[in-house]
Amino acid sequence: MTVVARLVARPDIGALLGALAVFGLFSIYAHQSGWIGWADAAQWTDQSAQYGIVAVPVALLMIGGEFDLSAGVMIGSSGLLLGLLGTHAHLNIWPSILLVLLFGAAVGFINGLTVVKTRLPSFIVTLGTFFVLQGVNAAGTLKITGTVSIENVDSTPGFNSAYRWFSSTFWSPYDFKVKVIWWIALTALGAWVLARTRFGNWIYGVGGDPAAARNVGVPVARTKILLFMLTSMTAALLGVIEALELRSTQANEGVGREFIFIISAVVGGCLLTGGYGSVVGASFGATIIGMASIGIILSGWDSNWTFTFLGGILIAAVLLNAAFRARALRSRMR
Amino acid sequence: MSAAPHLLEAEGICKYYGNVVALKDVSAHVSAGEVTCILGDNGAGKSSFIKILSGAHAADDGRLLVDGEETHFQSPRDARARGIATVYQDLAMVPLMSIWRNFFLGAEPRKGIGPLRWFDVELAKKIVRQQMHEMGIDVRDPDQPVGTLSGGERQSVAIARAVYFGARVLILDEPTSALGVKQAGVVLRYVLQARDRGIAVIFITHNPHHAYPVGDRFVILNRGRTLGTYAKGEIDQQELVRLMAGGRELAELEHELELIKAEVATDQSDA
Repeated sequence: MTVVARLVARPDIGALLGALAVFGLFSIYAHQSGWIGWADAAQWTDQSAQYGIVAVPVALLMIGGEFDLSAGVMIGSSGLLLGLLGTHAHLNIWPSILLVLLFGAAVGFINGLTVVKTRLPSFIVTLGTFFVLQGVNAAGTLKITGTVSIENVDSTPGFNSAYRWFSSTFWSPYDFKVKVIWWIALTALGAWVLARTRFGNWIYGVGGDPAAARNVGVPVARTKILLFMLTSMTAALLGVIEALELRSTQANEGVGREFIFIISAVVGGCLLTGGYGSVVGASFGATIIGMASIGIILSGWDSNWTFTFLGGILIAAVLLNAAFRARALRSRMR
Repeated sequence: MSAAPHLLEAEGICKYYGNVVALKDVSAHVSAGEVTCILGDNGAGKSSFIKILSGAHAADDGRLLVDGEETHFQSPRDARARGIATVYQDLAMVPLMSIWRNFFLGAEPRKGIGPLRWFDVELAKKIVRQQMHEMGIDVRDPDQPVGTLSGGERQSVAIARAVYFGARVLILDEPTSALGVKQAGVVLRYVLQARDRGIAVIFITHNPHHAYPVGDRFVILNRGRTLGTYAKGEIDQQELVRLMAGGRELAELEHELELIKAEVATDQSDA
């Protein structure tokens, strides 16, 4: 097994090369705006983090053989809940954040339990959760505030201390977002869990062959439920980060981003069928999408092309993954 | 002179599914360093029998003895705790996972302090290499996905895993049935390796040609009943084949084969 063959067999190498290619592309077309510079980097890393933070648990969930289509809308639900707790219940920001994370855990638990108990595809179960929450977000916000958003989150007691931790910036004058650090930290943590913990081994097992995993004593249901909980909780964390940053939350916040998380994971090498993939790859996937979203604007192109780009890389990634996987399973055959 | 009790012994096992008699008065035993083969055609009761031995089902009548002591298993976990491990052909491995990940799936060695504990990957790889080496399996790279192994190697890794995790009795459910001749030979070699390491092996198969070279004792099942139990010296391979198929049926089969042979010969002389 040569070094090159070993690299090719890694699930995340394609996304890394893709990220380098996209960076190269915009260093030509967005050269005028200073693409190869820290100010632009601060912009696209911000955008990438908005995808990457949740792409990390979504990748773990996909490797575990499941999907979560409610991960996008959860960002909105969590931001709205945080706003309500602060501006209407007048709770301090820290216990509010704790409650929002618990809310995320509860939604994930319900998703996971439903999938495990009913044996329905998680695609259907979480699609249901998605629409239920979307309705609650819109109708609930309108009912309580009479508008489609919750404003003045910064009037919450303790706002400034939480803002510093979750939503401030560093490295003036470029002003990178603190959420980029959260993203990198979560990526490192997720990659470590997957590669170096017992739970990580169980994730591969329940996604690769649940019957075989159960047969050797892996608690399949518990592993899957925990993955759903991690996904919803991380979406809740991103909801908190964005509500603090914008000091408000729109009722439709986050809707549509569930697909971007999934595209990030697939571009990062996760198989749709589970059992194989990479957390670092998913973050490279989020990097690609974040760079493209910003780069297309900075190049002066119509930002709607972003969707076309997303569709294109998704198809390309699925085809490449299938080839890489076949190669991984074949490369060492005698 | 009283011999040591058998590691695992089944005595007069009966199992009924409603009115259907799945097993009637079936007995078998195995001691350390021995291979007992349970032979039978499809529907002979082999799967019912191993489900009882492995703790998945309870017998309706008869006794199960471990180390000479009567035992009732509530679940396969109970049986495993007594050192009885069952390797099922299709539930052995996750193809996309590496050998070392598969080997320790569900029983990962960990290191660390207090609640912060992690998978000791280096130890896992080391043990896998060592265990495979002891079984005489050449693992080129423990990082390779199990899906890249041949069917026989895959079964062998599953056997090595069961042995490593303290199996004293290894129940192998048709380990060779889906394999070609060469791969079956690979698995049979590891059955003997396990036996030589003092493991008691129960080898379930419908193939007398696979059973005869490795078995010390043969229990032949037919329609839920024991057709006979023979030690290796008491029976030759031809007789085993004949018993398996049931004498009369085999005679018919031989007759048919003769006819086919004759036809082929005629076709060839025509051509």
